[in-house]
Amino acid sequence: MNLILPTMQQQQREESLWRAQTLRDWGQLRGAPCLAARPERLHELRQALRSVTGGTLIAHGAGRSYGDAAQNGGGAAVLTRRLDRLLTFDEASGLLVAEPGVTVAEILALFLPRGWLFPTPPGTAQVTLGGAIANDVHGKNQHLAGSLGEHVAWFDLMLADGEVQRVSAASDPALFAATIGGIGLTGVITAVALRLQRVRGPSLRLRRRRIGALDAFLDGFLAARQAPWAVGWIDALAPGAALGRGILETAEACDEPAPAPRAARLAMPVQAPGWLLNPFSVRAFNALYWRRVAASGDERRVGYEQFLFPLDGIGQWNRLYGRRGFHQFQCVLPEEAATRGLRRLLEAVQQRGSASFLAVLKWMGREGVGMLSFARPGFSLALDIPACSHSRELLLALENITRDCGGRIYLAKDSALTPQGFVEMYPRHAEFAVLRQTVDPRRRLSSDMSRRLGLG
Amino acid sequence: MRETWLILGGTSTLGRAFAQQSAAAGCRILLAGRDAAELERNAADLRLRHDIEATALHCDARDLEHHRSLAHATALLAEGRLNLFLAFGSMPGQAECDADPELARAMVETNFTGAASLLTAFAPVLCQDGGTVVVLGSVAGERGRPRNHLYGASKAALRVFLQGYAARHAKHGVRVLCLLAGPVDSGMTWPGRPLPFTATPQRFAARAWKLAQRASGEAHVPLVWAPIMGAIRALPDRIFNRLDL
Repeated sequence: MNLILPTMQQQQREESLWRAQTLRDWGQLRGAPCLAARPERLHELRQALRSVTGGTLIAHGAGRSYGDAAQNGGGAAVLTRRLDRLLTFDEASGLLVAEPGVTVAEILALFLPRGWLFPTPPGTAQVTLGGAIANDVHGKNQHLAGSLGEHVAWFDLMLADGEVQRVSAASDPALFAATIGGIGLTGVITAVALRLQRVRGPSLRLRRRRIGALDAFLDGFLAARQAPWAVGWIDALAPGAALGRGILETAEACDEPAPAPRAARLAMPVQAPGWLLNPFSVRAFNALYWRRVAASGDERRVGYEQFLFPLDGIGQWNRLYGRRGFHQFQCVLPEEAATRGLRRLLEAVQQRGSASFLAVLKWMGREGVGMLSFARPGFSLALDIPACSHSRELLLALENITRDCGGRIYLAKDSALTPQGFVEMYPRHAEFAVLRQTVDPRRRLSSDMSRRLGLG
Repeated sequence: MRETWLILGGTSTLGRAFAQQSAAAGCRILLAGRDAAELERNAADLRLRHDIEATALHCDARDLEHHRSLAHATALLAEGRLNLFLAFGSMPGQAECDADPELARAMVETNFTGAASLLTAFAPVLCQDGGTVVVLGSVAGERGRPRNHLYGASKAALRVFLQGYAARHAKHGVRVLCLLAGPVDSGMTWPGRPLPFTATPQRFAARAWKLAQRASGEAHVPLVWAPIMGAIRALPDRIFNRLDL
């Protein structure tokens, strides 16, 4: 332990808080050895922050960031999962105050039966509230509901010196905007006041349409703009004229009760062998998946969880990619560049023979409120890139296409963005750096990602 | 009959986990400890998750003077039958205890003297309705280990105290259960290397709750520690002393 953090102080009389841990990313690309504290009480969190005098620290929630946003190799980390208490809930307004370790899944389980929904449910419900704010997550309703930051009334933030400040958009707009989407670099959140959304019906009416090619997809989204929920599944490997074919799913509230949930939960108990997901098997899977929906489309009733979190039904699904791991790439392109840009991105993936599963296409409608928020109006594409010898080269190509189109890469997924790319994609980065200098002049809060992006 | 559980050590990992179990069963919860703010957060969480009443109370195991008044106050707050879950404790390493006599004294007072005093103070209340008392003992109390024999001794002393206490109050329907706990994944065991057969707080509390419904006497939790400790207790000294278990 002393080799990793020679400058850390251990309090004499107080119990030690630290254990040597290797924190992994969801993409299973790399492990980051660090000293981790797992506070169960607020004063333990304060103690952890204050004891990192010469080193750095980052908060780590559920470990669902695909890249290195919540890793701090050679430094310290604070695991927030046991700071997971619900504090207050106002039945009239839907305002929930909770600690940062509570997951979206827990909030859904407790409040959906009472008629309240997490306002911007991301692709997985297994993320913590703190992590959700740090990445300003968005859901399949982004075009109307925006990202999470728009639904946060206030939060309590423990700064690098251990002091806690209550922050709202009105009381401290700069700190509020720096923390939303700020990948944990302003401090550690200790409580969040979140406005839950009233559920309009116990289930969703889901319409699925088969889309033949990319242009039709973008038109399809715009035609369905009134639907509160919309997402597209693209066959990333469909070539030529069929480029960008897929399935457009739109949903709205339904009065009827939800159908019974799936009986068995699958899980990946071990890593899949490396050959399982290859261009042939994935192409075949994608083609079959596309044909699941009849050419004329279909319509059915589904429960919220089933529609919102399809992958959560398979425990540890990231193991499907095997030990080598995978990168996740997600970018948003402004509407005027979308057709051309998405085409180039998909062609780049296919040219390099990457075995990318279904890609996710999303129409985004609202700018995120954070200085480093990802969301902006346009179209977002997310896809998996199995790690191999040329995946870095592919990611660089995708970054360049994104930059060319004036787009932006999502930090929650990112493992490869260059510092130059970051500066171009996040115009408020200088503003963020200034704010950070005021709340954390010694840069105690720092992660592998922040250093990689040139933020320090 | 309505049940109330008083969790002594209401901010501890196992105290929290056991409170979740009893709240899920619809019991009223009283959380006692020294950190008022943390206790209140825990109480709020129980109320929101389980729609039950949960109240925070001040309790300092080492402040023997106030134990009787705490018992009176609890009796007034409790609804129905009052039961106790004793979850507080401190576990500094042996080396630290040797270096700091004050630390050593504090540990013994918390783990043993304070616990015995609280149980004595609550005896009249428990005897009224025949409540259940569940106490966190430890496998470390079954045979002194070089690395924490003072801690083990404090738990062993508590175990013997409970045996007599149970015998005394059995005729009033008081059921006493001493859980011989193996390591639990908590703040106490987080620093240092992970130990084998470490239980998660939720699994431990679920088992403890189940045992609390009917069992009395002593029980190993998790169960795997029964044969393990049997073997460890049977080791001759010359072997045990060399092993540093």
